[in-house]
Amino acid sequence: MMYSGVAITGMGIISSIGNTVEENYYSLIHKKSGLSYTKHIHTIHKEKIKVGEIALTNEVLEELLGLPNDNSFTRTSLLGAYAAKMAVEDAHIPDMSSSRTGLISATSVAGMDMTERYFHIYEQNPSLQKYIHSHHAGNCTQKIADYLGIKGMVSTISTACSSGANAIMLGATLIEQGVLDRVIVGGTDALCKFTINGFQSLLILSDTENKPFDKNRNGLNLGEAAAYLVLESWEQVQTHSKKVLACISGYGNANDAYHQTASSENGEGAYLAILKALQKANLQPDEIDYINVHGTATINNDLSESNALLRVFSNVPILSATKSYTGHTLAAAGAIEAVYSILSLQKATIFPTLHFTTKMDNSPLIPNTEVVHKNINHVLSNSFGFGGNCSSLIFSKCV
Amino acid sequence: MRVNNCYINGIGTVSAQALDFDAMKDNPAPLLASNKAVHPSYKEMIPAAMLRRMASGIKMGIFAAHQAIQDANETSVDAIITGTGMGCLQDTEKFLDNMLEQEEMYLSPTSFIQSTHNTVAAQIALHLSNKAYNFTYSNGSNSFEAALFDGMLQIHTLRAKQVLVGGVDELADKFDKLFRLVQQYKKTSDDINFIHPASTGACRAEGANFFLLSGEQTEKSYALLLDVFYFNKPRISLQDEVNDFLNRNQITKADIDILFLGYNADVNQQHWFDAYAVLFPDTMHAYYQHISGSFDTSSAYGLKLAAEILKKQTTPTSISYNHIKPRKLKHILLVNQSNGQDNSLVLIRAC
Repeated sequence: MMYSGVAITGMGIISSIGNTVEENYYSLIHKKSGLSYTKHIHTIHKEKIKVGEIALTNEVLEELLGLPNDNSFTRTSLLGAYAAKMAVEDAHIPDMSSSRTGLISATSVAGMDMTERYFHIYEQNPSLQKYIHSHHAGNCTQKIADYLGIKGMVSTISTACSSGANAIMLGATLIEQGVLDRVIVGGTDALCKFTINGFQSLLILSDTENKPFDKNRNGLNLGEAAAYLVLESWEQVQTHSKKVLACISGYGNANDAYHQTASSENGEGAYLAILKALQKANLQPDEIDYINVHGTATINNDLSESNALLRVFSNVPILSATKSYTGHTLAAAGAIEAVYSILSLQKATIFPTLHFTTKMDNSPLIPNTEVVHKNINHVLSNSFGFGGNCSSLIFSKCV
Repeated sequence: MRVNNCYINGIGTVSAQALDFDAMKDNPAPLLASNKAVHPSYKEMIPAAMLRRMASGIKMGIFAAHQAIQDANETSVDAIITGTGMGCLQDTEKFLDNMLEQEEMYLSPTSFIQSTHNTVAAQIALHLSNKAYNFTYSNGSNSFEAALFDGMLQIHTLRAKQVLVGGVDELADKFDKLFRLVQQYKKTSDDINFIHPASTGACRAEGANFFLLSGEQTEKSYALLLDVFYFNKPRISLQDEVNDFLNRNQITKADIDILFLGYNADVNQQHWFDAYAVLFPDTMHAYYQHISGSFDTSSAYGLKLAAEILKKQTTPTSISYNHIKPRKLKHILLVNQSNGQDNSLVLIRAC
């Protein structure tokens, strides 16, 4: 049997549209949005903006994970450990030390949710000081690795909103090159005041629900989520007779080199990333059946992405923007959309885009708005971030 | 993974030492509890209007990147990869502090925009108009080594010709105060002794160290980067990890001429480095954080020194940690960790 790509043997996810893979799928095909006014974050913007917030509180997550009372997990680590644990269970890994196992995790928020709460009161409160160590990105990954019992290659990628996709890309390379037998890859980010105010100061938060690829789109909703995939070598798959959910057949990263936050009008970085991914997968553009676009619903992103797609594809495949359900989950976005892409392949289903009504003036592209069933062999998933960081992944049925 | 075609052809540095400091012949200026970088003139490289908005990490990063590329006589790169333990801490602090002080009102986006961990790599890409692969790792004390490993991977397997790899971290007043509170860094009153530390915490510093990796040897080559391995914790023991690593590279402990260790004057960290040192009782032990000061990516300064030693075939006395003299200068092994976590092994060889 010939295999192309890296085998995915497990996945786990938690987002505002569900605490499991099944719940996320249910929401996607029933057009159930996860956007709401925040219940957990004390911000002056709480009645003005909707966010993709996960209902479970930190206390409930700690309990579900069975953590001791003196733990110093931030919400980002809690969500990460929760999703990664489900991915490991899905892949039926009884013993982490049975082969060379690594963890590549992405985050941009890291421990900011605790830092912003206690920044000015740490000095007077020794009992809170354990969270000072939890601020940095690596600590979040360390905690997930310790929780899962992973010892070995463990690292953290932080390239803003493409981080999750980049973690998957690196993991795939590590398996292909035989550096690891098994690697857990994905990303996690919690909602916090820092990012809400950051995107608010940039004036790119929607005051309603985000409308990707719509003429009247007026910005993004932020969300929180975590998702992880388990990637394994074909030798592992065969030796242990593993079920394979799908394959990662292509990936590419390129830089737009245009502006720290804005995307170039012709979508150069995105264009290059998609071309690299196609080349790696050895696919022609017309072999892509479906695109999970980055689609944040900012004026700038959707036009730039649309232009990049029009440059790559003579006939742009059917596309949807799942951020209309979850909001933009930053470093987790590439990872949760990887899970959605795999679900598309498995269920032969293309997900609707929510809130779309009017075609853009300056683009012919119209996102899919209904549940469509069709055989899908290859899905392209885009993730773009600050700093011109553009990444594309291709998920394929294993052949 | 062992590779045989990844050369260090250029180096660029901004550190706490004087601009004309030459580790090969000068005595390093003694460190304080906290040490700002000595900044070169940036205005020839970065427009004044942009400079004013840039935190020190971005400036240091652009400068050191530029210097590494120039040092190698190159003009372009096929990948830009950075490591940073804390990211853009000054802009993070500024936005956070304003947000809390001003109760979320009247916030300027500039510091938020520049607060993401990949800002330095992105600004280098903008500076070079470079559209290639652009990655940033942020994983504590092996953030730089993760970037270095990726750089090696890009050269070895992905056929990149030149790759820019660097480590950068910056000071930030209020965060640094918190780090001192949890004894990660020293207070002003603490004594500083790298050989027999008695106080907790390291000597806080900032800096940028960049390397131009190439698939081809040139007359500028400093050393061959043979292998990089990073791990959160040893699977069985440090000894096993080190032995496996040396075995993969088909060498023995006796082949290591200098062992570079991240000794940082922190009494609590001493035994973690000693655990590596005892594995090499007959080898010269070297330290460097009394020169660079300590930050998550200061191990990149160690690699700079080690590469210079192999190129110049001479060892400065200021870095000797024990009394053993190397008989030759062929292989250098660099090890780093933080409180037993985020370990790394880097092996280089003379060209």
